[in-house]
Amino acid sequence: MTVTVYVPRDSTALALGADAVAGAIRAQALQRGIDIQVVRNGSRGMFWLEPLVEVATPAGRVAYGPVDAADVTRLFDAGFLTGGMGHPLALGLTEAIPFLARQERVTFARVGVTDPVSLGDYLAHGGYAGLRRALEMAPAAIVQEVVDAGLRGRGGAAFPTGLKWQTVLAAPGTRKYIVCNADEGDSGTFSDRMVMEGDPFMLVEGMTIAALAVGASHGYLYVRSEYPHAIATLNEAIAVAQAAGHLGADILGSGRGFHLEVREGAGSYVCGEETALLESLEGRRGVVRAKPPLPAIAGLFGQPTVINNAITLASVPLILERGAAFYRDLGMGRSRGTLPFQLAGNIRQGGLVEKAFGITLRELLVDFGGGSASGRPLRAVQVGGPLGAYLSDAQFDTPLDYEAFAAIGAVLGHGGIVAFDDSVDMAKQARYAMQFCAIESCGKCTPCRIGSTRGVEIMDRIIAGEEPARQIPLLRDLCDLMTAGSLCAMGGMTPYPVLSALDQFPDDFARGVTHEHH
Amino acid sequence: MGNMDPPRAWDGAALEQILHDHPATQDALLPILHAIQDALGYVPPDAVPGVADRLNLSRAEVHGVLTYYHHFRQHPPGRHVIEVCRAEACQARGADRLAAHAEQALGCGFHETRLDGAVTLQPVYCLGHCAVGPNIAVDEQPHARMTPARFDALLRTLVEGGAP
Repeated sequence: MTVTVYVPRDSTALALGADAVAGAIRAQALQRGIDIQVVRNGSRGMFWLEPLVEVATPAGRVAYGPVDAADVTRLFDAGFLTGGMGHPLALGLTEAIPFLARQERVTFARVGVTDPVSLGDYLAHGGYAGLRRALEMAPAAIVQEVVDAGLRGRGGAAFPTGLKWQTVLAAPGTRKYIVCNADEGDSGTFSDRMVMEGDPFMLVEGMTIAALAVGASHGYLYVRSEYPHAIATLNEAIAVAQAAGHLGADILGSGRGFHLEVREGAGSYVCGEETALLESLEGRRGVVRAKPPLPAIAGLFGQPTVINNAITLASVPLILERGAAFYRDLGMGRSRGTLPFQLAGNIRQGGLVEKAFGITLRELLVDFGGGSASGRPLRAVQVGGPLGAYLSDAQFDTPLDYEAFAAIGAVLGHGGIVAFDDSVDMAKQARYAMQFCAIESCGKCTPCRIGSTRGVEIMDRIIAGEEPARQIPLLRDLCDLMTAGSLCAMGGMTPYPVLSALDQFPDDFARGVTHEHH
Repeated sequence: MGNMDPPRAWDGAALEQILHDHPATQDALLPILHAIQDALGYVPPDAVPGVADRLNLSRAEVHGVLTYYHHFRQHPPGRHVIEVCRAEACQARGADRLAAHAEQALGCGFHETRLDGAVTLQPVYCLGHCAVGPNIAVDEQPHARMTPARFDALLRTLVEGGAP
């Protein structure tokens, strides 16, 4: 009987040697005359265990990790092809591993389970059920389903997705567009990447449903150039979907068409801002547009455009398949459904944790993350990417909910959580936030373009201990100006990490105070 | 870009082929610049007039786009490109120390090429492997949990030939 062995093709697993592991497993099986089938699945998102090799057994999939190519001979000796537990890397049934068992894998239900580019696998695991239902519905009814689900934009701004779709549906236009924002530039985030590499058909299906909902004929996936594996996997999936009639001129014989194309970014962080992304798609510098007009009214090429984050669009197939209530019943307050949180940085068990809104930051950091990777105390946690606030231990019991985070001057953003141990210098982190803004500013508005450079200079003086009593009010004043005067979140939210670092960790900014003379 | 051979000689025919493969509309500009850089390792300034002409843009517009995006290069890179992530999640796992080591080991700074032309060192702001940093990419292939010792070993393999 052929044994099925899973070795992820997710690029984080590749970065940890998954290709060599897959090669060693094939070679070893050949040498021993054992018939195996190696499936290159997505990642389960337990990155501290990657490369995570799984073996299909009658009891379920059994996991081994982190596997190095050099471990493979002994894994065979220890009977891993029958799920043997005699090897130190044996982890038991994959789905019983607490990190995974305690999640609510809703959007990520298939990621790590299936072969990402196998349409047969996708269909066997509930894929395209949402599209089939949508094809029988009126556009307004599809939009209403998304409204009722309470889905909000997962890119960071948390704008109600259904409302955006309603606007595009109602807007007059000769040609409407669906744009997927997969310019996942926030450090500490990888959920878009995992979907693109691990379950690309879900994203394609979500965009196709969006097209039916608003009457769009063309779509673009804008993917950052730092993600070459995601781009390759998406292109492969699109070709398969097209060949099978799930995409193209006549979707599943409905007579309705949708054409989808991947476009590669070029290393500009600000292109994750929706209007800068549209400029980039149109072949221009990724400079932010003033709003109004909203992209929903006049977006790509001046036409009504749905532009949504990849996770937002990936959430849609299930909402259509299972109905709005299923999704809306998860979560808390006005934050409905789940968010794929990404545990990153100095954390022992880093990876993807999909949970309904409402879990606390501490539960994620301790119960899932297992504390710091270094073994030292966790001191600061940045939530929501480079434009998100730094939080201290006193704030770790805040529930992960858009409104609860807003109430403490923080953001959930795209769900990235970057942990730092007590060796972190928060003044340096504040300087970095300003420096990153200076590097990535599109240059259109002065508070961001000039303010960020002035911010680096102020931080340099603070770090050097030059006149801190004068510099700190100046820093606050500059942050006020950037918050109020910037055109988009780049300059407008850079003060979040800067001021939160200052407010939560003031000691790190009090350098040379004892030497100051007045 | 894979394990790059020495850049091919740039000729008008290669540009013509790339232009021919893309529609003559402005939204094809980034795909065209990508195609040129993928073929050559950089976008030579003498390609700009041809691209501008084809898309009915001014040279200034094409130059503006070429110089706006960090990904595009106007000069030939070294035989290999090493990108070291400088962003927060990798900082939290020791990326600053790795970056300093990379500069010292290569004897060149970021945005520079080693004197023998073997390696160009570039910063990158997130490769999306944020739970297992510090991360680098060598000719676009990612390597996680990078340490100074592993960096040196990787560098030896690169410089002495063979795949990393």
